[in-house]
Amino acid sequence: MNDITNHAYFAQGIDIDHLKPPEGCRPGIDCQRWIIRGARVLDPASGLDTVTDVFIDKAGIVAVGEAPSDFACDNIMDAHGLWLIPGLIDSWARLREPGQEHKATIASEARAATAAGITTVCIPPDTDPVTDTPAVVRLIKRRAQLAGGSRVLSIGALTQGLDGKRLAEMVDLKEVGCVAVSNILKPVENLAVMRRAMEYADTFDMLVIVQPQDRALAHGGCAHEGAIASRLGLPGIPVAAETAAMAQILALVEEIGARVHFANLSSARAAQMLEQARAAGLPVSGGVSAHQLFLSEMDTDAFDANCHVIPPLRSLRDRDALLDAVARGVIEVIHSDHQPHEGDAKAEPFPGSAPGISALETLLPLVLRLVENGVLPLHAALHRVTAGPAHLLGLKAGGIAPGLRADLCLYNPQAAWALDERHMLSRGKNTPFVGWDFSGQITHTWVAGRLVYGQNIELSQKTS
Amino acid sequence: MAVVFVRPKLPKLARDPWAIQFDGDGHLKHLLTIEGLGPEWVTRILDTAESFLSVTGRDVKKVPLLRGRTVVNLFFESSTRTRTTFELAAKRLSADVLNLNISTSAATKGESLLDTLRNIQAMQADMFVVRHDMSGAAHFIARHVEPHVSVLNAGDGWHAHPTQALLDVFTIRKMKGEFAPLRVAIVGDILHSRVARSQIHALNTLRTGEVRVIAPRTLLPTQVEKLGVRVFHDMREGLKDVDVIIMLRLQRERMEGALLPTEDEFFRLYGLTPEKLAWAKPDAIVMHPGPANRGVEIDSEVADGPQSVILQQVSNGIAVRMAVMSLCMGGREE
Repeated sequence: MNDITNHAYFAQGIDIDHLKPPEGCRPGIDCQRWIIRGARVLDPASGLDTVTDVFIDKAGIVAVGEAPSDFACDNIMDAHGLWLIPGLIDSWARLREPGQEHKATIASEARAATAAGITTVCIPPDTDPVTDTPAVVRLIKRRAQLAGGSRVLSIGALTQGLDGKRLAEMVDLKEVGCVAVSNILKPVENLAVMRRAMEYADTFDMLVIVQPQDRALAHGGCAHEGAIASRLGLPGIPVAAETAAMAQILALVEEIGARVHFANLSSARAAQMLEQARAAGLPVSGGVSAHQLFLSEMDTDAFDANCHVIPPLRSLRDRDALLDAVARGVIEVIHSDHQPHEGDAKAEPFPGSAPGISALETLLPLVLRLVENGVLPLHAALHRVTAGPAHLLGLKAGGIAPGLRADLCLYNPQAAWALDERHMLSRGKNTPFVGWDFSGQITHTWVAGRLVYGQNIELSQKTS
Repeated sequence: MAVVFVRPKLPKLARDPWAIQFDGDGHLKHLLTIEGLGPEWVTRILDTAESFLSVTGRDVKKVPLLRGRTVVNLFFESSTRTRTTFELAAKRLSADVLNLNISTSAATKGESLLDTLRNIQAMQADMFVVRHDMSGAAHFIARHVEPHVSVLNAGDGWHAHPTQALLDVFTIRKMKGEFAPLRVAIVGDILHSRVARSQIHALNTLRTGEVRVIAPRTLLPTQVEKLGVRVFHDMREGLKDVDVIIMLRLQRERMEGALLPTEDEFFRLYGLTPEKLAWAKPDAIVMHPGPANRGVEIDSEVADGPQSVILQQVSNGIAVRMAVMSLCMGGREE
């Protein structure tokens, strides 16, 4: 990774030696104050876009523009020519720990995330053991602290063991830091249980995240039910698997008014249903994974197991409708749906391969490519991965303003690169985007005021 | 909204999913699907098969084309008929044949498909004949074998069964000659049928006048018409003016997934009886890839009747498989 970043970086004639932290400073541990000078500061929440200075004290941003009085600091980052953006918040990403450490670990993925500019990662509850008790949440938090990379937040289970029958202790989960609850793709026994779960969560102001997919309609499927799957003889997952499940939840929301976020939307019809529900004033929102905005069923044509994802890559029409929904703000959140796998999991014929894409490292590049493709303006694009998810999850992050967490990234907009799986930091190399060209990349990342990623800087691991 | 979408080149996988069937010189190396072969290759395979028909009619039924080569029948799904004809074809070409039946339950116990493949490859195989219950398995194997190994798809999931389709068009050509004036109807469970998919591609590749499918909607894939067929749900309409009727095997388990009510109702609506056969052209031929469920999709009187060419299909199958084997392996001789 450093090889190519440095190469691209030097190619721009930018001397990076002065970006090193001061002598004797253990990066990520001692450096509490920073001045980031001369970057193009982009804050999607406020619309700020100007070349200025940003001041960090301890974990927070203390000023933008003028230095606060008596702000003394040795750590000055000269960032001329670079962009300063809020650290990304990935609201839906698997890190595989605890339970599937042969695929990836919190340490490996949290570091990959920092290099990708993602400073907060929210992980769904299908860990092993399931994230349905405070102990598991604490374990995850502890592992993330030891890793010293991005902040890792848990999404708790909606039901105990994700069994779809008994409610999880949502208040306990909330008190130890869970930002939402979800039953992911596991079925909830019936709509009465779902309704009660939503009501209980709503009582304690807990967000419910729903991945709408009807189990029976999707059963056995591995590809979008359409012309391509019909030709390839791949068992299909119809659009109705998504929309039927979504319609049921919307009917409940209409009745009880609980807040629901739909993650991982895949179809035009789902986007349309979301828009109608929002127009009717329902407290619902939607998220989409970045790959759904770029790939379609056409990409499964060569039986490429790296394009095996759930929900499946759908038609071009669906993809364009999702792009449109993202552009118009109907969908406020873009997440990675990161699912790292070991090589063997993908080394099977398409239907037998494990679904999912290792997607942390392509989240920001793909989102910025939306800007290049004219889908939406820069601030709006960044909003979908910063202020959008921060608002959704109630996080004081995702922006550049005094009082917010100092989760920040420097981005070199002129460091072109191509994705090469050998240079990926994630343990999972399963991505269909290998070989894609991207125009810029992250050079430095701060998490809560600590510099945790940068060229020529060895990350220290906290051992205490 | 106008989104200008610039798709970069994908260097790793060929975007053309069937380009993998040919080597650098454009010679057929693997046969995974009929798609991408074009009329030239299909015709060439049929012509070659024609020349092998005389071999199978001789007293000494062997030619030395593949002497010293090893053909491995790698069957992850049970099959007697297909495996036997591949074995006979290989033996008549003087190849050494190894039959491996690997039940998928054993495969899931530990060894991955890739491990199995590498182990057998280490035995110096020259050709794999593969049957597997997952669509795309033959592509997967072709992508992972060493460059000197050819892969023949003997059926992968619901995707393709190209040699079956080739022997079917071979049989049609022998019985009917030209394809352009023909109407061909494929009847039954299209959704789960790799045979039907390959037949449709083969018939369309040879520019058949009209390819029809006849089935209830539960047994048809979504947007099946995009495969280049006319869809009928009624036998009387669908069989009108038809020259060739292909009946597909109906698996018993289809009654369980709520795809059909009963075998009786299916037989009443779609089973080929002498009465329904009379709706087609008087000289229509009846085909079935076998094994037939008499009384479910076809009446014995029809299966054994004068219009049935089911047994000719079987003997033609050996010649067609000999042709495919020799073409795939011959291409790299020079």
